[in-house]
Amino acid sequence: MIEMQNLSFGYSGNDPLLADLSLTLQPGSFHFLTGPSGSGKTSFLRLCYAELLPTAGRMTAFGQDVRGLDRDGIAALRRRVGVVHQDTQFLDHLPVAENIALPLIVSGEPVDMPALGDLLSWVQMSGQARAMPPELSGGERQRAALARAVIMSPELILADEPTGNLDWEMSMRLLQLLIELNRSGKAVLIATHDLNLIRAAKQQVQARVLRIAGKRLQLAGADL
Amino acid sequence: MKKADLKSLDLAALWRGLTRPDPAGHDRVVPPTGFTAQLTVFSAGAMAFLAVFALALALATGRLADRWSSELAQTVTVRISAPEDQMDQQTRTVMEVLQTTPGIAESRLLPDDEVEKLLEPWFGPDVPVEALPVPRLIEVTEAAEGFDAEALRLRLQGEAPGAVLDDHTRWREPLVSAANRLRALGLISLALIAAASAAMITLAAKAAMAANGQVIRVLRLIGARDITIATAFVRRFTRRAAMGAAGGTVLGMAAVWALPSMDQAGGFLTGLGFQGWGWLWPLLVPIAAAAIGFAATRWAALKILREVR
Ligand SMILES: Nc1ncnc2c1ncn2[C@@H]1O[C@H](COP(=O)(O)OP(=O)(O)OP(=O)(O)O)[C@@H](O)[C@H]1O
Ligand SMILES: [Mg+2]
Repeated sequence: MIEMQNLSFGYSGNDPLLADLSLTLQPGSFHFLTGPSGSGKTSFLRLCYAELLPTAGRMTAFGQDVRGLDRDGIAALRRRVGVVHQDTQFLDHLPVAENIALPLIVSGEPVDMPALGDLLSWVQMSGQARAMPPELSGGERQRAALARAVIMSPELILADEPTGNLDWEMSMRLLQLLIELNRSGKAVLIATHDLNLIRAAKQQVQARVLRIAGKRLQLAGADL
Repeated sequence: MKKADLKSLDLAALWRGLTRPDPAGHDRVVPPTGFTAQLTVFSAGAMAFLAVFALALALATGRLADRWSSELAQTVTVRISAPEDQMDQQTRTVMEVLQTTPGIAESRLLPDDEVEKLLEPWFGPDVPVEALPVPRLIEVTEAAEGFDAEALRLRLQGEAPGAVLDDHTRWREPLVSAANRLRALGLISLALIAAASAAMITLAAKAAMAANGQVIRVLRLIGARDITIATAFVRRFTRRAAMGAAGGTVLGMAAVWALPSMDQAGGFLTGLGFQGWGWLWPLLVPIAAAAIGFAATRWAALKILREVR
């Protein structure tokens, strides 16, 4: 789905943040992305949904060269990739249910209310459907963000530190949701530096662990 | 980002989005902008009110200039009052003088019944005009280049002492050019009002979009197309501009309509207003305001979206 060949990226000029990355994300795969803070995990994900463009090398998403995408093409790509952002981004003037349905609304698709209700109860947010985003707890925000990420039935789900400020129990619950999605055939990539989370996941799914170290992407061994 | 990348904001698509109802709730994705909204409506209304007056001024001065200049074309007369036995003699002399004066295209001796008709308002229909020493009137049509009124007056004095050159309505000539000047001012005011409205709506739209930068970013992140985002803003501002302008236009038209009528007030003010079909002109103001709002908001949307990937 996403293919990178010798891809480099840097925010400024000739000092790359990521260098010479090669990676293929297969449908149905499960990946973790680790690395120290500031190593470029979020930047890597932003490359995947074309918020950033590679400065060198080649990258295709769903068979299309990302550099050849026009703005509507980028919008179309983002509808096929569900993203849970590190700083969960909501529209604070709309209630949670509408925020979750937002990808449907902006793409002009009808909102199936029973399906939305099912999705809310899947992330255990039925009680907060009419709440406004600023009223939510951290865990509730993460689950609402996950619900919004999957409402368009994307083939690929990217989650940036989805358990960042959650307790262990809530982290496990969220991980469970992501594993369920993967079992239903979706590719999942989770950026995290929580090794316990990775260990817990590895007991249930076949997960590959990628690590950003020294600007490069490495496949981490089984030592976890 | 290249300009061409934003081609999806094309006019036809925006227009469709503007006229379509909003069942999907697209407008709601942009937070309500209470104060900016009220300011936009108010300013559009105020501008429309002024535009109606500028329009009335331009139309009225145009009519005034037309009327006065057509009156000017036939305003010179020569009046001959002389004792009965010299009347014919002097009339002939005057006609000869007029024919040899450069700058005079035509001179015509008014027949008696026309003179009577002219006098009727003054004496009433029953007065036996034949019994009165009615003067002869010669209507003079000036050629385009005009004639020297002072020289003619002196000549007439010498050759036909009973003849008086009456060109008193010529004093209106500077007024005609003043009226034309006023009409130009009215049109310039209209243009300025349109430009100021465009600037104001652009500012309001840009401010609203800048204040909603985060909203626009989130919408882009979840896969909203530019046209969807722009339409939400364009709809809002076009409607506000049109609504405010409609209100201002109605008030402006009412104010013009309530001006004292022709008979009550004299002088210049008599014509300030709309006549007949002219009342349809101000109805263009809200349409123009909507068009300005549409174009200005689209421009603002292009600028802001260009900064968001
Ligand atoms: N918009 C930007 N412009 C310039 N530099 C940036 C920008 N965003 C991030 N960076 C820099 O790029 C580097 C990588 O940032 P990134 O957010 O990708 O790291 P990360 O691995 O996600 O870190 P964390 O684990 O703390 O979330 C950091 O040094 C950061 O300061
Ligand atoms: Mg990060």
